[in-house]
Amino acid sequence: MELNTDQLLTKESDSRHPRVAHNLSLANEEISMKTRNLNLYYGEKQALNNINLDIPKNRVTAFIGPSGCGKSTLLRCFNRMNDLVDNCRIEGKILMGDQDIHHPKVNVAELRQKVGMVFQRPNPFPKSIYENVAYGLRLQGINKRYTLDEKVEWALKGAALWDEVKDRLQESGFGLSGGQQQRLVIARCIAIEPSVLLLDEPASALDPISTLKIEELIYTLKADYSIVIVTHNMQQAARVSDYTAFMYLGDMVEFSDTDTLFTNPKKQQTEDYITGRYG
Amino acid sequence: MNKFFTWWKSGAPYIWLNAGAVSISLVVVVGLILMIAAKGMGHFWLSDIVALDYRTSALEDSTKLVGEITGTEFVDAEQYLDSLSPEIKAKAMEKIGDARTVERWLLKTGNREILGRDFRWLDSFWVTNMQKPKDLLMIERVEWGNLYGTLQSVQQAGAQVSSQASRWEEFQTRLQRVDDLRDDIRKLEKGEMSAISFKLEKLRLKGKRLALENKNTPEALKQLGQQEQALYAEYAVYRKELADLYQQIARDSVVIEVMDGQRVTLSMDKIVAAYLPNQMSVLEKLYHYILRFIDFIVADPREANTEGGIFPALFGTVLMVLLMSVIVTPFGVISAIYLREYASQGVMTRLVRIAVNNLAGVPSIVYGVFGLGFFVYFLGGSLDALFYPEAAPAPVFGTPGILWASLTLALLTVPVVIVSTEEGLSRVPRSLREGSLALGATKAETLWKVVLPMVGPSIMTGLILAVARAAGEVAPLMLVGVVKLAPELPMDGNFPFMHLDRKFMHLGFHIYDVGFQSPNVEAARPLVYATSFLLVLVIIILNLSAIVLRNRLREKFKGMEH
Repeated sequence: MELNTDQLLTKESDSRHPRVAHNLSLANEEISMKTRNLNLYYGEKQALNNINLDIPKNRVTAFIGPSGCGKSTLLRCFNRMNDLVDNCRIEGKILMGDQDIHHPKVNVAELRQKVGMVFQRPNPFPKSIYENVAYGLRLQGINKRYTLDEKVEWALKGAALWDEVKDRLQESGFGLSGGQQQRLVIARCIAIEPSVLLLDEPASALDPISTLKIEELIYTLKADYSIVIVTHNMQQAARVSDYTAFMYLGDMVEFSDTDTLFTNPKKQQTEDYITGRYG
Repeated sequence: MNKFFTWWKSGAPYIWLNAGAVSISLVVVVGLILMIAAKGMGHFWLSDIVALDYRTSALEDSTKLVGEITGTEFVDAEQYLDSLSPEIKAKAMEKIGDARTVERWLLKTGNREILGRDFRWLDSFWVTNMQKPKDLLMIERVEWGNLYGTLQSVQQAGAQVSSQASRWEEFQTRLQRVDDLRDDIRKLEKGEMSAISFKLEKLRLKGKRLALENKNTPEALKQLGQQEQALYAEYAVYRKELADLYQQIARDSVVIEVMDGQRVTLSMDKIVAAYLPNQMSVLEKLYHYILRFIDFIVADPREANTEGGIFPALFGTVLMVLLMSVIVTPFGVISAIYLREYASQGVMTRLVRIAVNNLAGVPSIVYGVFGLGFFVYFLGGSLDALFYPEAAPAPVFGTPGILWASLTLALLTVPVVIVSTEEGLSRVPRSLREGSLALGATKAETLWKVVLPMVGPSIMTGLILAVARAAGEVAPLMLVGVVKLAPELPMDGNFPFMHLDRKFMHLGFHIYDVGFQSPNVEAARPLVYATSFLLVLVIIILNLSAIVLRNRLREKFKGMEH
């Protein structure tokens, strides 16, 4: 057990990312979003079973678990992307502050402005780099050239992309490499200043160097955003997250701070998974 | 055997088969276009005029004939001889000797009012003394077709004004004057005078409308009357000017000696153009060839469409296709978006989709009948009753016209646009839509800002297919708006400039009309080919521009479709 976690949390990764917090406790955290008795069904099939989870503010929360365990489904609940799936039904509550996001008065578009999302594959729009970032702003009716210029630059700097693209803002977003595209998408997302960022396996389609850049970006971003990340990669979860939830077959098996989950899991299932006995 | 089997299995025969099929199609298409082009474009070349002696019915080599040889054919000698009367046959057998075939020439003799016909088949062996005299003249006339002969003198008001030496120069300068005058007449008639008639007609309708609405107070009527008077006064001035012009244009005349020494006096206002092809070098001929081709494109038809240009038909075709595109694109795209993005994908949607696909297979004449019944009589009739009661009993929109023709063709081609747009919509990656929605866009915003721009190339593909089909369609148009001769273009200088209620001319119908409804088949034949060539050219140009546009759009979204 000790051996395994040592491999995951090496000295090197610790020293490289000094901002990973230790000795965290959920009790001390301000909560950004939470789910209460959340059940989700695809038709007859239940995909999430009674999930109760708190997303701490300005922290990185990781969802890990084997394929098909429902971690992406859970993530997509937070900005109601599951609304787009036919015959998907949700019971229970998801609260943002005190507001249930499924309340009929809630405007989905406004919710999604507050809860941004980055997908597995980079999906820039077929527009220029500039217009990609400005897209969300224009949706909000911001069309003043000066404001847009300022915000686009700010967002691209925030996504650590500015230096690479500042001379070719009018070129197509497709011309960028995969990793740059993914950071462009993140820039697009933070341009509208959401409070929560949902990252759905943001680095799984990228090469190791791009992955590293994205991970570094996540450290920086958590000062301003509450980040939820779904990942297949346990090392990545261990490296970037403050809290980790282990999910299995639609159940939330264990949720605690990342150190504890990887060094001292309470459940046998969790230990089996992180030590590689299945999954 | 084994080797053959390996070759068979390697797939090479299939590649050869496919390549062969493609080559045959290409050869056929290129051959078709070349054939039409060659047959049609030859018409504009000024061929030499020949003068020859030919047998009379009394079998002496004595009649003098003048004209252009426009065709040659070979007939079996025996068959040919059998068709002759006994006394001619004997003479003919002497001439032919033991040749197996007989060569026959088609001579365009022109001079229809003298000979009664302007084409004649000649048996070549009876032709003697064939020459190409330098001074033979070919005159294109406003009516009666071409005239061939030699210029004798130029007259002004019946008095001779040219010497033997100066007659050609005199003729040329005076012909230029007639040409300018003709332009002035056309401008006056189609411009100022047509505008006044248009206004007068409006006033007449206004008066009728006032009567219908019981507003025909004496003051209102008086005002109308005054306006009418003013217009009539203006019209009278133009009428006088026009009469003047007509008098001027008929001032000069020329005396032409035709083939058998007979002299004809021809008023110069009847002459469109005159050439001396036997004196021209190849370069000069080329120059005239280009001029004549341009004239064919920009001039109005004459002589029941068998002479002159085809401009109204060309204009009508292009305008109708453009109108159709403007109508069919939004219709098709909106339907496709609803079907693919908003409608729940149930039995009903499936049925609608099947119906749409089947619409593409309905014979086009059926659309014509539908267009006539629904658009023209029902829609147009209702429009007339609602908005143009004063025009009754004359219909405004309740009669075939370019708007209804475009609508009918739009209906005919809308399935193509729907199908290709739907295909395009289904190819836009889901991740892009989600990306937009996740930024707080509504579904409509996502469609408008992200999805639709990407569907552009597919819409263009649909439009290309639609244009290709619509531009060549004739059958339905005959019922809903095309006519043999439209007095006015559907677009002119009179407000509101576009007159969608007007009937129009169309290249496809023009081909049918010239080729099969004209009184002078031989004269019309080259025009049929030339018009066909132009129609093909128009379709190619319309399609190419759409393809260029599509490729430009495609370039933008390259690399997006995973």
